[in-house]
Amino acid sequence: MNDCKIVDARNTFCPGPLMELITYMKQASVGDTLELLSTDDGSGADVPEWVNKAGHELVSKERVEGVWHIRIRKAK
Amino acid sequence: MRIVVVGGGTGGTIVANNLSRRLVGEIRARKVRLTLLSASDKHMYQPGLLYVAFGQMSPDQLYREQASLLESNIDFHVDPVVEFKLDENRVRTQSGKVHEYDVLVIATGSRIVPELVPGMREGAETFYSEAGAVKMFKRLREFEGGNVAVVVGVPHKCPIAPVEVIFSLHDYFKARGIRDKVHIKYHYPIGRIHTIENVAKWAKPEFDRMGIEYETLFNVKEIDPVNRVVRSEEDTETHYDLLIAIPPHRGMEVVEKNGLGEGGWIPTDRYKLTMNGHDNVYVLGDTTNLPVSKTGSAAHFEAEVVAENIASIVKIGAPVRDYDGKVYCFIEAGHDRATYAMFNYQIPPDLKPASKPMHWFKMAYNQMYWTSVRGLL
Ligand SMILES: Cc1cc2nc3c(=O)[nH]c(=O)nc-3n(C[C@H](O)[C@H](O)[C@H](O)COP(=O)(O)OP(=O)(O)OC[C@H]3O[C@@H](n4cnc5c(N)ncnc54)[C@H](O)[C@@H]3O)c2cc1C
Repeated sequence: MNDCKIVDARNTFCPGPLMELITYMKQASVGDTLELLSTDDGSGADVPEWVNKAGHELVSKERVEGVWHIRIRKAK
Repeated sequence: MRIVVVGGGTGGTIVANNLSRRLVGEIRARKVRLTLLSASDKHMYQPGLLYVAFGQMSPDQLYREQASLLESNIDFHVDPVVEFKLDENRVRTQSGKVHEYDVLVIATGSRIVPELVPGMREGAETFYSEAGAVKMFKRLREFEGGNVAVVVGVPHKCPIAPVEVIFSLHDYFKARGIRDKVHIKYHYPIGRIHTIENVAKWAKPEFDRMGIEYETLFNVKEIDPVNRVVRSEEDTETHYDLLIAIPPHRGMEVVEKNGLGEGGWIPTDRYKLTMNGHDNVYVLGDTTNLPVSKTGSAAHFEAEVVAENIASIVKIGAPVRDYDGKVYCFIEAGHDRATYAMFNYQIPPDLKPASKPMHWFKMAYNQMYWTSVRGLL
């Protein structure tokens, strides 16, 4: 099974990328990797901040043509 | 053509009424049959629950007979769908009846699942159901002072409700003359006090003025009702005397059970509002998986797009427009002021200072809702 689920939160103000990510993280199983797509400038900082505080793992983070691609592994 | 709409809440009712008017000739000529299947003979105006929780509306004011809201050419049944057979273009209902369709619209909404958070059912008050809102009001009435904590589950419908309940709590305790005896603490899942940046910017000075304490990056993990402590996924905790929770939500069980979407959220094309992989199935309102706020307002604007497109498929064989992500939300800033947030996929909301006329407009809308679901507004 492909365990990298894409969370497409491009062009959304509400619920917003981080809230979308939290929704899908709750549904995911420990060990799953999710890739968040976001066009919100702030995602580059606020997603890693939450991932760190909540004790998950930031796998990678890059911005391609204005879209953040942030991969997170659910750790607990 | 057989059109079946599943769900008679905000979205489903507007789609059905809108279609019934656009296709009045085709329905009369029996070229189109329009069926609405719902789970209740009553229609609840859910935003009114916030007023019930503060003693400003009575529960019976929230309801109308569903049949009274529908055009007479809609074939309406209170008979919930229990099985979706999308590959065979049919649904089966609780009574055992099978409805075949050419076009299906799913608008079954969402449900609260407080049971996903240990202790939430026993330990927290909520205004997200009629019984919960009445119980919360009774708790508020007997409250004489102490720590009130507000926590927010993810995902949840009506994303404005967390800030609205804070304003209402402040005004409620002020009116009772005990505001100085009540400490209010707000907890929010992400790193600012609201997910919409401009709402957060607008609400922060208001919270500071009202003396509201807030903790961000707080995702409620568990509640210990005996010791009255709420703990977060981020390993912090708050002690409370009265806890108010916006519970986490899921789509309806029938959606999950039939494998239509994980968590009950149906994968939906954000512009066409069709279900991914099923061009003759439209999805709208809370049950979509779209990154759009779960509001009656979104359901309303989506319903207009869906109805216009289905009607034009009947008339010219092609849909005519896309959903642009439009949402318009009133924001009650206490018991006598309000503002609003209007936005779409591309344009963020620009918040105006709260005013009394906006509050009166919201009070008027609470009545106008019934005209709106009839598809007249
Ligand atoms: C406290 C509170 C405050 C709110 N405030 C606001 C606000 O200020 N502004 C705003 O825009 N929104 C607000 N909302 C949100 C709004 O009410 C919902 O987002 C909106 O009702 C969603 O519409 P819907 O058509 O998707 O679902 P619903 O209106 O919930 O309707 C779902 C329908 O599906 C039916 N159904 C369920 N299962 C089945 C089945 N198996 N078969 C057939 N039918 C079925 C149900 O009976 C119901 O009729 C608030 C909600 C709450 C709880």
